[in-house]
Amino acid sequence: MTFRKYLVLVGVAVFGSIGDSLLSRGMKDIGTISVSHLQSLIVALANWWILGGIVLLIGFFAAYMTALSWADLTYVLPATSIGYVIIALIAKFVLHEQVTAARWIGILLITSGVGFVAGGPALTPLPEHSSPEPQREDEPELASTRGNS
Amino acid sequence: MVTASVTGDVLLSKAMKQVGDVGDLWENQGIFRVIAKVLRHPLFSLGIAAMAIAFFALLFGLSWGDVSLIAPASASLTFVGNMIAAKLFLHERVDRRRCIAVAFVACGVVLLAF
Repeated sequence: MTFRKYLVLVGVAVFGSIGDSLLSRGMKDIGTISVSHLQSLIVALANWWILGGIVLLIGFFAAYMTALSWADLTYVLPATSIGYVIIALIAKFVLHEQVTAARWIGILLITSGVGFVAGGPALTPLPEHSSPEPQREDEPELASTRGNS
Repeated sequence: MVTASVTGDVLLSKAMKQVGDVGDLWENQGIFRVIAKVLRHPLFSLGIAAMAIAFFALLFGLSWGDVSLIAPASASLTFVGNMIAAKLFLHERVDRRRCIAVAFVACGVVLLAF
């Protein structure tokens, strides 16, 4: 795990949580959209909060795909769930929502879960007995990616 | 919703493992060839389709259930489902450390709803 890879994981968590928060802020301006008036979703695109949220979520998706290219799914998901904590902190200190005791316990549990998984290897080698699908000629990098975690 | 979401995550993970380390590819081939390679991968498109189904299933769920119940319950179940699916289909070695991490995060996500 290099510093750059940790930055990608931080990017997944930060872009995802702030992107969601911006969408949520924007949709409060737009109001309720009923299924029979889906065209108002187009109007929502003219909102700067929504646009900012979409840009950040594209960044989130790019970072998420990058992380999955060199780390296990069972590593990326818990490691980036620190985003839930970021959302709760934004809710508390930026949006001034009330954060209950149960939520603080939840934040503590998520943070310890992230600590657990981040201390381990990002990519586990394939078990000996399993037979992965035959490797394609044009993708030799798979062999070098596996196993050097 | 949980099934579609887990399917999407597993397919995307599999696709990106086959594409290879994006950082290395970027240095060797340039960013545009990397993006083209990812977008052309058939499992990537399938993964996106599964994610879209999951999104609409979530909207449907939100129409009959309370958001404070549906959102954390589905997120939490998705974590656990992903762990099982990753072990079964991606052959990831899910050791005790990762089991504990997933359990902690899943419980934490539920608590955030209160």
